[in-house]
Order: sequence, then C-alpha cells, then structure tokens
Amino acid sequence: MSRAPRTLLMGFFLAWFALPFVWLLSAPFSKTPGFRLAFPDFTLENFPRLLETRGALHAFGNSLLLAGVTMIVVGLTATLAAYALSRQSFRGRDLVLYLLVLFSSVVTGVAAVVPLFTITLKLGLLDTHLGVILVLCGGLLPTAMFVIKDFVDGIPRAYEEASLMDGATPWQTFRNVALPLSTGGLAVVSLLTFVSAWDNFLIPYILLRSPERFPASVAIYSFFNELGLPFLNVLAAYALLYTLPVLALYLIIQKVFGFELYGGIKG
Amino acid sequence: MFLTRRLLILFLLPAGLLLFMFLLVPAVWSMGQSFTNFTLLGPDALSLKWLGFENYRRALHDPAFWKSFRVSVIYVAGSALVGQVVVGMLLALLTQGGSGAVLRVLAVMAWIVPGVVVAILWNVYLHGDDGTLNRVLGMVGISGPNWLMDRPLLAIVVFNTWRGAAFSMLLFDAALRSIPASYLEAAAVSGASPWRGFWDVTFPLLRPQLVTDLILITLWTFNDFGPYLLTGGGPGQQTEVLPIYTWRTAFRSFELGYGAALSTILLAVNFVLAVGYQRMLKR
Repeated sequence: MSRAPRTLLMGFFLAWFALPFVWLLSAPFSKTPGFRLAFPDFTLENFPRLLETRGALHAFGNSLLLAGVTMIVVGLTATLAAYALSRQSFRGRDLVLYLLVLFSSVVTGVAAVVPLFTITLKLGLLDTHLGVILVLCGGLLPTAMFVIKDFVDGIPRAYEEASLMDGATPWQTFRNVALPLSTGGLAVVSLLTFVSAWDNFLIPYILLRSPERFPASVAIYSFFNELGLPFLNVLAAYALLYTLPVLALYLIIQKVFGFELYGGIKG
Repeated sequence: MFLTRRLLILFLLPAGLLLFMFLLVPAVWSMGQSFTNFTLLGPDALSLKWLGFENYRRALHDPAFWKSFRVSVIYVAGSALVGQVVVGMLLALLTQGGSGAVLRVLAVMAWIVPGVVVAILWNVYLHGDDGTLNRVLGMVGISGPNWLMDRPLLAIVVFNTWRGAAFSMLLFDAALRSIPASYLEAAAVSGASPWRGFWDVTFPLLRPQLVTDLILITLWTFNDFGPYLLTGGGPGQQTEVLPIYTWRTAFRSFELGYGAALSTILLAVNFVLAVGYQRMLKR
C-alpha cells in the first residue's frame, strides 16, 4: 500500500477502535454522571460509592467463586484426560477425539443452554452455583483438553520411559515426571479457563434466579438496566474493576508464556 | 505402557462424565424435547404430550422465526463474512513489519474485554445526542441519527465487526509472516503494482487461512448472543437474531418444547458448519 492511503486508513482504524474505550477510562473518574465524556471534574469517589451499592461487591465474590472452582475442576480433569489421550493409544481414541472437536463446536451458545436449562432443572441444580460451574466445565473442557494434549504431545516420551525402566509405577511417572513438565500448558489453560468463566454472561443469566447469587457479569447488566443514569459513573467504575483482572491475566499469558491467542475457548 | 488399564479409566472418567452430561446429553436432549409440548406456563405445563414434528412445522409457518432468520443472515454476512474478514485483513496488512503496535493492542482489547462491558460501552458510545460517536460527528458538522433506534441492524453489524476483527487479524497476520518476502519482491521487480502483488501473490497463499477463518467466525457469529446485550433484540424485532428469538421463546414465554425445536435447528446448522470445517482441515 502506498503512503497516504495507508496513513489515512491507520488513523481511521485507530480512532474507530479507541473511541468506544474512552468513556471507560473517563466516566469512572468523573463527578457528573452521563453519557458525555467529561474530563475536568476528576474524582475518585465513585469507587467508595461502589462499595455501598448493594450487592456489587458480593457479585465480585460470586464471580471469583464460579471462575475459581471452574478453573480448578477443568484444570484437573483436563490434565488427566489429556495425558491419557496423548500417551495411550486405545481402540476408538481417534473417534473420541473427532467427536470431541465436533460436539464442542456444535453444542454452544443459546442452542446448548435450552437443553442445559432442563437438565439442571431435572438435577435440582437450577439457581445454584454448582449447576453453573458444571455447565461451564462441560463447555470449557474440550478446548482445555486439546491445548494440554498438544502440550504433552510435544514432551519427549524418553523421560517417562526412563522413569518406568527405573521401576517407578505409571502413577509415579505421571506425578513426578510428566506433570512437572506440563505445568506451562496447564498454567495457560487455567488462566484462559478462569477468564472465560469470569466473562461468561449467558449461562449464569439463564441458570440463576436469585440476585444474591449473580456473578458480576449479570449484576452489571441488571444494574445498567435498573439503576439508570444517576448511577452511570458507579457502574463505569464497576465495569472497569471487572475488566482489569481479564486484561491482567491476558498480559501475564502474553508476557510469561509468549502465547499468541486464538480464542476458541470463549464461551 | 504408560498407564495401566485401571489408571487409564481413572484418568478419562472425570472429564468423560462431565462431557457426557453437559455436552453430549444436551444435544440429544434438545432433539427429544423438541418433539414435545414441554412448557413451564399455561394449562399445558401439567400435561406433557408427544407432538411429533409439530414444533418444526410450526417453525416453518412462524413469521417471527423467518424474520429472525433473515436478521441472522444479515448479521453473519455483514459483521463476520464481510466486516471481520475485510477489517481483519486490512489490520493484518497495516500492522505488518512492526508498525501499528498500538492498533494491534486496541483491536485485541476490543476482542478480550468482557461482553457485558463492551455492550455497555457501545450503548454509551452510540447514545442519541450525548454519545461519543455523535459528538465526534458533530465536530465535523454531521448530525448523526439515534443509531440504536433508527439504524439498529447497522449498529449491531458494526459493533460485532469491531468486537471480533482481532481474531481474523491474528490469523491472517500469522499467515502473512509465513510468506517469504522474496515472493513479493520478485513480483515488484517484474513490475507488478503493490495491488497486483497482493491479489496475485499474497491472496492465493492466504486461501487456507481464509477458509478456516470464514467457517469459524460464521459458526461463532451465528450463535452469538451479543446483540441482546446491546439492543435486547429491539426495537421491535429488528435486531432479533435467531439465538435471541430462541432465548425469548424458551425463557420468556417458557415454551421449552418449541424452544428446543429452535435450538435443534441451530444445532443442525452448527453441525453442518463444523463438519465442513473438519473436512477443510483434513485437506
């Protein structure tokens, strides 16, 4: 591309991508609530006001609980399954892998949530955190398993073979040789799983009924619709705090693991 | 033997159970439920009946279904097939060779910031007179419409292009970097314009990534619930994509039988797209 159109296009895209974000950086620190950008009246009082808003902090706790437990369950179960799928060939393994890819991309979004609603209802898990966690795990497991399996596939088998030759049991070999070598993949998967569960709106929105169980995603949405204009700045402060962990975790993944992210794990 | 038989089963069982219960069963359940009049409201709530294909027949004659089907086609075609692909490609080309790091970061931010936050940001951004967009347009003498009320379909298409372009950008960027510079240099030496160089050299080499990109973003955008957070499907039904109509049927009218039929239709479309994607990867 030649110089002038290139610069023009670059300028346009910079503005187009940046403009919607400006309010997120200005409104939390502004005294006058509203949709307008306001810079001159800098204040920090929206953040203490947020603490007084009923349920706001509690919702953060719920998000932390849902995302944290989902991360642990997915991390554990995906590591075990991925190791087995990587190291052991058994009849039907390729079919299992193929079906896993297929179902994970087919059973998604609202189409998955309609039957999942009935299933959690029948299991008596509607309006419980456990129900949300199990459904989140089912959705996030396939991608987690594939990332860890790719990672384990890349580790030479010689280490484990040596360990087995030396008389270690398969479990000891997994626990003391393979697992320590897989921590990189496991860390990336855990962070991505946490972020996906933290972000998720649809599943808790449909499976939870009691406001005191809402995670931040659902709480922010209902605040936006119910509290309205007078609380817009508090809401902006809330949205900013809710976003920060996500940005921090992505930054960590990129800096520490040098990972280019290709989504896929998004809810 | 890395694992004994017992250990193999123990390793696979927990993930297998979760996947079975919350991935496989829902797909089958959706189909089963779609043949019933299952509902949580009204007189039918107590008498579960087998309807056969009645719910699918109903969908075929349901104007609201066809309306949202049309909205979905426009949404996928406009924001994914055209919007994200074209913008993603332009971003990848613009940020080649180190320049445009800020632009890359901004695009990736738009992609990773939680959906609820992004929706609130765009609600504010597009808000009538006070919104940032119309204030900026006002500075150059353009008086913009109330986007979410007057141009809602355009608004969600532009919104989702902004939201998702980073994925296509990253995919194309990786592909571009794998093309040896000598190819384009050779084209330039033999007198080809940069434009010809792009169409005749770069573009054909990007085709595998392009097909991958098209199928994946179609799948994601088709299932995207994002417009709900921005417009709630309104005004009227103007931005009610199929997932929103399905959600409304199942969780606002509580017609879970008919909602399951709509879900099953969505799952069938997803299935075709996913199988197509698998075929492409094998080639």
